[in-house]
Amino acid sequence: MAEFAQYLAAFLVLAGAGFSLIAAIGVLRLPDLYTRLHAASKAGAIGAGLVFLAVAVVSLDGAVVLRALLGIVFLLLSTPVSAHLLARAAFRSGEEPTKATTVDDLK
Amino acid sequence: MTSTILSLAISTSQLVLGIAMCLSCWRLIKGPRAQDRVLALDSLYLNAMLMLVTFGISTSQTIYFEAALVIGLLSFVATAALAKFLMRGEVIE
Repeated sequence: MAEFAQYLAAFLVLAGAGFSLIAAIGVLRLPDLYTRLHAASKAGAIGAGLVFLAVAVVSLDGAVVLRALLGIVFLLLSTPVSAHLLARAAFRSGEEPTKATTVDDLK
Repeated sequence: MTSTILSLAISTSQLVLGIAMCLSCWRLIKGPRAQDRVLALDSLYLNAMLMLVTFGISTSQTIYFEAALVIGLLSFVATAALAKFLMRGEVIE
């Protein structure tokens, strides 16, 4: 059982790091701020959640599991809020979306 | 405590997270506007937090997880305050 938990934790850590790398590539390469926010908030949140889940799987201590679950809940609450605040600040200051955007409901 | 496959996975993921931090730093330096720089800083905070969590798994010490939670809190507060500043020009009205 403990061995299975270690394999599962190894998979979860690798998957979380991979999602974080995908988020960072999106932040670097996507064309405008709104698409970059989309990459960072979604892929970044799931990557961090997977790594915290690996902590919860591998640790045998109840307090550590509680901390990991608390971290997941906090990340899922805070990441969309900060992304929305940044997008709002950018839109209010007149940042133009990329040319490939077809629908802009706020105009 | 930690088996061979888990420590191998943790080393690999630390390498991957380091690459992700380098990419975020590149956007932080390059970013055409201030909003892009704040977004890159947020991404950098998140990757640093994950790096601390992987250190915590490999050494099995609890203090790393608490440090990671504090860094996550600081990331949210910093991003919210900077977004407020970019929108209105002041943080506390």
